[in-house]
Order: sequence, then structure tokens, then C-alpha cells
Amino acid sequence: MDLIVEGMLKAFQLLASLDPEVLGIAMLSLKVSGLATLVSLVLGIGFGTLIALTRFPGKKVLVSLVNTGMGLPPVVVGLFVSILLWRNGPLGFLELLYTPSAIIIAQSVIATPIVMGITIAAMQNLPANLRLQILALGATRTQLVWMLIKEARLPLMAGVMAGFGGVISEVGASIMVGGNVKGYTRVLTTATVMETGRGNFDVAIALSLILLLFCFVINYVLTHIQQRERPR
Amino acid sequence: MSHFKRTFFVLVSCFMLSALGVTCGWSAPSGQKNLILATTTSTQDSGLLDVLIPAFEKQTGYFVKTISVGSGQAMKMGEKGEADVLLVHSPAAEKSFMDQGFGVNRKLVMHNDFIILGPASDPAKIHDAKTAAEAYKRIAQSGALFLSRGDNSGTDAKDKGLWKAAGIKPEGQKWFQQTGLGMGETLNVAAEKRGYLLADRGTYLALNKKRRLGLEILVAGEPKLLNIYHVIEVNPAKWPKVNSPGAKAFSDFMVSAPIQEIIKGFGIKDFGSPLFFPDAGRKPESLGL
Repeated sequence: MDLIVEGMLKAFQLLASLDPEVLGIAMLSLKVSGLATLVSLVLGIGFGTLIALTRFPGKKVLVSLVNTGMGLPPVVVGLFVSILLWRNGPLGFLELLYTPSAIIIAQSVIATPIVMGITIAAMQNLPANLRLQILALGATRTQLVWMLIKEARLPLMAGVMAGFGGVISEVGASIMVGGNVKGYTRVLTTATVMETGRGNFDVAIALSLILLLFCFVINYVLTHIQQRERPR
Repeated sequence: MSHFKRTFFVLVSCFMLSALGVTCGWSAPSGQKNLILATTTSTQDSGLLDVLIPAFEKQTGYFVKTISVGSGQAMKMGEKGEADVLLVHSPAAEKSFMDQGFGVNRKLVMHNDFIILGPASDPAKIHDAKTAAEAYKRIAQSGALFLSRGDNSGTDAKDKGLWKAAGIKPEGQKWFQQTGLGMGETLNVAAEKRGYLLADRGTYLALNKKRRLGLEILVAGEPKLLNIYHVIEVNPAKWPKVNSPGAKAFSDFMVSAPIQEIIKGFGIKDFGSPLFFPDAGRKPESLGL
């Protein structure tokens, strides 16, 4: 019990004193996971909409695959991304292993199926006649897609939250492809694991609290946007 | 409508551009040459590298990516040319690594020792055991819980060697549990479960200072329990991408007089006793092996 109280105190101390190392770790987490979420947003919503709105053989198989991908274990992604990025591996010439970019790549792979799966579900849940109606009003293809995305924005926002929440809290892929290099690829989760191993439970608790705070603030903002205007 | 569309596209392009910028800008920090150091969890968990790496970076201008894993995995990375230089403590495995030509210039850096820890109540009564093997035998006979790293690290290799010396096959026994975790984490597990374990003194002292583990040093001091660290440069002849000048610089740095002096003093202020003893230039035999 003392430990938790001490940890809390330490957390506030670190936050209040704007400890440069903790701040750096926190900012890096935010940047890396934020960018990974953005990449997954573009890919996930783009391809998700495409899959949802077109008909083709094997669609069910593809959608099942995407849905399976929503539960992709981060360590598995981490393993495959590191094998690809090894300097003597197929993408070794990029020299990306143990860089923040490598973490962004791995996290994008984790988040994309989450966003895509939710996008497909959201699009398919729109009233079937909506499409016909929009087309009947003379909309172009781009306008149609844009209307549908706008119509589905509430569940899509949920997809963003799920994707971001998934990547900022994962540790397996980050530690494998990032290597937890001090001041360079050390993010909140990998730092928490390391500080726990070192017995610095107070710092570990502090880092966890910052992580929770981030998740809350980001989800609060997104929820705020989501709930701002209810669809008519 | 077109307003929304424009905002959307502007946003998307911003994201893409920033992602691109990050990808390019982060791949190599400000033109510094990267050096990948594969090392053990003990050097990181004890905090020694936090002191040495910044000094090395300042002195040489290399950017060090410290990947802290078990000695076994560190050597595997060396075998595959995925690391430039190794700082490891698994002498038997290191010898075979060198024999197979994966490494060059293996140099003795420092040592500390392994200790057998257990709960103060000492249910297996090992505190007066003359040798580590004897202690292991008593633990096996009493069936008291023993925690093993099980991660092919240097400590794990020593652990396996001691079980072999005791003539016991512990795998699969109820009282023998493998954590598969680093030294610090395994110490935490042993503290919670009140089990016996083999640990390196440095990590134990560093951790016990921060958190009362409730584990006592029961067996220590045997030459067999020495924990010896070597630095090995990965052989550039096998893997041309290896940063061999950087590896050489790091290896020379580790055995240089000022750094050996830092190693000697590391931990005295915080723990009352040094965590590592510098050995540069000495022969392994002089340590009583």
C-alpha cells in the first residue's frame, strides 16, 4: 500500500517538476502512437470503406481476415517486423530497426486492422437505401463516399480510439523493434517494464499514471468531438 | 461539402508528410554513426550502462543503441550480424562463439559474483553448504521452490551448469520454475514466492536497495560462482554491415584505464560496496578459474 502512495507522490513530483527524461519519454510515446494511429486511419478507413462498398468474390474471407487482425498480438507483429527490418534481412537497407520509425511501422500494422474492421462494420450498418438516395440526388462517386464516411463518423471515431488505445498501451512490438534505447526509442510502456525490472516501482507507477492520463485525455477529446453533434 | 473535403485532404497530406518527415529524420540521429551494443539485462538493470554509455558517446561521437537481452540472445544477434559489439557474461558459450569465428578480440572487462539467495527461513538449510552444487542438492532434496531464469542468459547458463555439477535434472520438477524473465524481474518473482534463486550480486544489491526483497545471501564466495564479463567485437568478415570501427572503439573504451576506474567505483556511493570489479588486462586464470 505504501508503495502505491509513494508511487503516486513520485508521479506527481516527476510531472510537476517536468522531469526532462520522463517528459521526453511521454512525448515520444504520444508522437509515435499518434502517427501510427494516423497512418492506420488513412489505410484503415480507406480500404475499409472500399471493402464495405464493393462486392467481390472472397469478400467474406477478407472481412474475416481483417476481423482476425483486430486481435493481432503485438509480439507477433514485433517479431515479423524485426525479422523484416534486420540489417541483413529483406528491408535491412532502410536501416530502420531500433528507430522510432520502426515502432511507428509496427504499431501501424497493429492499429490498421482495428480501424479497418470497425470501418467495415460501420459502413455496412448504414441503411442500405442511403446509398441509393445519395446517388439519386446526383452525387458523384467521391461525394457519395464522403457522405457515407460522414454518416458513419460516430463509429469511425470509436475506431480511432480503439486503434490509439491499442498501440499506445502495447509493449511487445515496441520493445522488439525499438529496443528501448534511452532517449531515442524508450516509450512509456517499455520504460515501465524496465523500471519494474530495476526495482524502481515508484518511477514505474509514475509512468503508468502518465500513460493512463494520456489515454483518458485523448479519449475524452475524441468522445467530446463524437458526441458534439448527434446525427439527425 | 467541398470545404469538408478540402479540410480532409489537407489533414491527410499533413499526416502523410509528417509521417514521412519522422521516418527520414529519425532513422539516424543527426548524422551520427550508429553502434548496436547487445548486452545483458544485469548491466542495464544495475544502472552501470547509464553511466558508461553517455561517456562513450561523448568521447567518440557514436550513437549507441543498447539492446539489453540475455547473453544467449546477445550472442545470437552477433551470430546474425545484427549487433556490432557484445558485452556478455557466459564464458562457455562465448568460447564456442569465438571458435565458430563469429567474434574477434574477446577482452576481459570486469567481474562480480553469483550468489544463491533464498528466504531467511531457509527451508532447505543451505546456508552452511560448502559448495553451490551441495546447496543445489539440498534444495532438490527438500523440494523447496527454486526459480530459474530459463532465458539462455549468462546467469541461466551458470544455473544450468551448477545443476549439472550437482547431478540433478531439475526441468519438469514441481519445485523448479522458470520465469523466462530478466534478472530484476526474476528477483521480484522470487521475493514474492519466497523461493531460492541464483542471481548476480550487482543486480541483487541494486534492487534490494530500492525494495526490501526479503531474500538472504545464503551461499557465495566459491570461485565457481564468479560472474565474468567480456566484450567481444562481432566479426566484420562474416557480416560486412557490422560497424567494426565503432565496435573496436567501444571495446577499447571498456578496457581503458579511466573507465575501469569508473567501474571500480560504481555503486559504492549508493550501495556501500562496488557492484563490479575491473579486470582489464588480467588473465581469466588469475581469477581462480
